[in-house]
Amino acid sequence: MGEFGGFAGVSRLIKFIHKYGAPKRFYRLAGRLVPWFAGVTALLFVVGLYLGLYWAPPDYQQGDAYRIMFVHVPNAWMSMMAYVIMASFAATGYIWNVRLADIMAKATAPLGASFTLTALVTGSLWGKPMWGTWWVWDARLTSELILFFLYVGYMALQASIDDPRRAAHASAILAIVGVVNIPIIHYSVYWWHTLHQPASLTLTSQPKIYITMLIPLIIMSLAFMFFYFTMLLVRVRSEILVREQRTDWVRKLVRSKR
Amino acid sequence: MTFSTFSQFLAMGGFAFYVWSAYGFAALVVLINVVQPIIHNRKVWRTLRRDLDRAEEDE
Repeated sequence: MGEFGGFAGVSRLIKFIHKYGAPKRFYRLAGRLVPWFAGVTALLFVVGLYLGLYWAPPDYQQGDAYRIMFVHVPNAWMSMMAYVIMASFAATGYIWNVRLADIMAKATAPLGASFTLTALVTGSLWGKPMWGTWWVWDARLTSELILFFLYVGYMALQASIDDPRRAAHASAILAIVGVVNIPIIHYSVYWWHTLHQPASLTLTSQPKIYITMLIPLIIMSLAFMFFYFTMLLVRVRSEILVREQRTDWVRKLVRSKR
Repeated sequence: MTFSTFSQFLAMGGFAFYVWSAYGFAALVVLINVVQPIIHNRKVWRTLRRDLDRAEEDE
């Protein structure tokens, strides 16, 4: 147990969150981080696109159509990861009243919805030449579509309530309940053997794709992940200014940048 | 190398429409997600400056 165990550990954790979760402190930190994250994102995209579109050899079955994988799979992964992050922040904000967590959750929603939409559209563009159809009501496709509606519902709920605290509370419940959809998306290809293929890459077994395809896939995934972090920080900074506009530090900041 | 000419690269083994549409759509969504928050941030700053000006006029 030690000093971090039990109740003392929990209260230390809460103190830590309150200290570094102070919007003023985070605004400055995020401002310093954004250029670095943006630079890493750009670099990853340049390398990933070169490797994925040019360097990787064509697939022996799918030819060059499989290259859609390098945008489809990263977006599908990020659509689920962003949802888990959003729900975790929403829960943190709800349980411990951490304002920054509410802001992070709200700022994640449009990015998550974008990843989901891109996964659906690129999947459709991949499905047409490979399966012969743009869309089927396959378990994986349907649960991913539900994910999109969860994001849209979350954003609509946020937008419909003016008071930020009440908006955060109401939408947090939606976000947390919606988490049940995440394992459904993940296991859908195993529970229902319909059209969508199972994962080529898992944490527990050998990858089922060649290393020449794996490298671009991982780099493109990191690119979209860093893109998410970059734009999350940008969005969070704007939202902090709006919510903290009556505080002295924001007034001072605005006065200094006229 | 995978593609010997540039036109072969563009043709994507006959899947040009599907491959380039997929990458094009992804690029468009990325672009919107870069531009929209920047425009929003400018709007926030404009509002904050205007509100501060008004508050100082009242004082």
